[in-house]
Amino acid sequence: MEPLIQISAIGAPLRLANVNTDQLFPARFIKKPRDVGYAQYLFHDIRRTDAGDINPNFSINNPKFETAKILFAGSNFGSGSSREGAVYALYDSGFRAVFAPSFGEIFAANCLKNGVLTARLDQETIESIQEELDRAQEPRVSIDIDQECITLPAGKVVKFSLEPFQKHCLMNGLNEIDLSLQFNEEITAFEESHRRTYPWTAL
Amino acid sequence: MPSTLFDKIWTTHVVTDRGDESLLYVDRVLLQENSFHAFDKIRREGRTVRNPNQAFGFSDHYVPTRNRELGIDGIRDPEIRNMIDLITSDTETYGIELFGLGHDYQGILHVVGPELGITQPGLVIAGADSHTSTHGALGAYAFGIGSSEVAHVLATQTLWRSKPKTLRVTISGERRTGVSSKDLVLFLIRTIGSGGAVGYAVEYSGDTIDELSVEARMTVCNMSIEAGARAGLIAPDQKVFDYMRGKPMVPTGTQWEKALAYWETLETDPGSVFDREVQIEASEIAPQVTWGTNPEMVADVTGSVPDPDVEQDPERKNRMTRALEYMGLHANQMIQSIPLDRVFIGSCTNSRIEDLRIVAQVMKGQTCRIPTMIVPGSEQVKRAAESEGLHEIFQLAGAEWLAPGCSMCVGINGDMLASGERAASTSNRNFEGRQGQGGRTHLVSPAMAAAASITGQFENISSYAEAGSWNL
Repeated sequence: MEPLIQISAIGAPLRLANVNTDQLFPARFIKKPRDVGYAQYLFHDIRRTDAGDINPNFSINNPKFETAKILFAGSNFGSGSSREGAVYALYDSGFRAVFAPSFGEIFAANCLKNGVLTARLDQETIESIQEELDRAQEPRVSIDIDQECITLPAGKVVKFSLEPFQKHCLMNGLNEIDLSLQFNEEITAFEESHRRTYPWTAL
Repeated sequence: MPSTLFDKIWTTHVVTDRGDESLLYVDRVLLQENSFHAFDKIRREGRTVRNPNQAFGFSDHYVPTRNRELGIDGIRDPEIRNMIDLITSDTETYGIELFGLGHDYQGILHVVGPELGITQPGLVIAGADSHTSTHGALGAYAFGIGSSEVAHVLATQTLWRSKPKTLRVTISGERRTGVSSKDLVLFLIRTIGSGGAVGYAVEYSGDTIDELSVEARMTVCNMSIEAGARAGLIAPDQKVFDYMRGKPMVPTGTQWEKALAYWETLETDPGSVFDREVQIEASEIAPQVTWGTNPEMVADVTGSVPDPDVEQDPERKNRMTRALEYMGLHANQMIQSIPLDRVFIGSCTNSRIEDLRIVAQVMKGQTCRIPTMIVPGSEQVKRAAESEGLHEIFQLAGAEWLAPGCSMCVGINGDMLASGERAASTSNRNFEGRQGQGGRTHLVSPAMAAAASITGQFENISSYAEAGSWNL
């Protein structure tokens, strides 16, 4: 996984609450192998009209936000299913960070495992950032993961917070499995004791 | 210090702590066809599977519901066939038991886990599916994970977790006749919102929950994720112990006695403090019907579609307007005036034998007015229904009696709504395109779905049931 330390990129607003993983990445694409590239599936149906044309009113279809890597979304972003393809689609489209008032928990965990930052900002802050991005000629935003802050197009700095463990994983691009295997002795000891205490659970 | 059911399970599974996170031991991991990314990761990184006997594979999302006697050859779409091939070869390579196509115990992972005793009280269960919360009905801490975490469990038998907050939902009072556990949980989601329980592990309690059967409790826990909670739990009681006894993977003899003695301690101690409490009065709940594209968009069957114009919050108003547009409904339209095209009865929410018995009660001697698919949750459920003659009731009414799998709940095996088609569905998600691009889903209970099949619209099943007969 690539370490994520600083990002300077276009930020895009997505003014919708409860965006679910079916909207991020419709279920019919789950069976596609990853190497086909999942960018083509991101928001596949909601970025189009019911007739199937690209909807110019869907924010990230706006040429101004075409190269966005940072998303400022509504509450409960990424709710619904556990499909990690939703994160692959964001990642393959270039997104490296999503800010929202709240997240679907499985989605947020999946993001972390793929080097995509998710962090909560309150509703009011998100809305004012969304407005600024809409107004700005070049809606460029900088994120400093270590300092836990965002610099907005007009220069204002907004703080966010990350759990230290998650920050450590993101900034070092850690493969969590390698990290956990360092605890192999503890796991083995735990497992033996667990099986002695609850022998019926052993298979 | 008194502790909650959740705390008891958590504490007995912590291997080590690191900052805010704990390395949690995982007793069982449940896999499905979409786990192919996890196996790819295991291979790419050159890992081994630590305890293959603690992992179980299920072919459910992509299996066909028709022409099952043809086996894999019955699947025409090469991409869908590939998904069945992948779970078959991946589980074989790593020595993991698979309940695959043609297996006597094949079925939906959240139906098969409990019915085989893979699911037990006090376990930590991680599943490659968000509805893994279902297993909490037996007093397990069970939650959905993505592919990277599946790979992590396979390689280490653990997961890093920050401890969720606890929410107790107490449901009290007598349910009205015809009101099921599906109605209770839809009402809860309507009350707290689809993000209302994000960050919490939910414990359901109260006399209404106590009174529910074990299968009905699974329906409640199943939909915890639709309120944003990764896990929902219910303390195991005598009903659960009776349910467990004799299941193929449940201990016997002295091991059973030991297990039972432990399971009996798995309850929330009096005086335990939860981070949040929600109270629901069951007697006020009518049969529920979703009208929109999110499981919080719910109305009473006797009610109407809400009017976006009276909504003050612009973002909410916008979403309601879009939902009505997608659903082809208008503000203030009566729920009972919505004409339906199809009925789907199945999914990990409502495809167990008790669900099918209720459907049979409603359908007995009647004729389906609209196309109706009935998809049992597992081969075991299918055999049980057939031994009771339920399939004959369904078929005489004109419903299709199909083979087990996820089917039209997620529409990826090819069972789909056509664009514009409107269905009453016993499943768990009414998202745009969930049951097929352009398809319109109304979530309801099995009794409501069966009634809708007979008349082609939503019926207040409570009024029929209260009159002493399920017959419409």
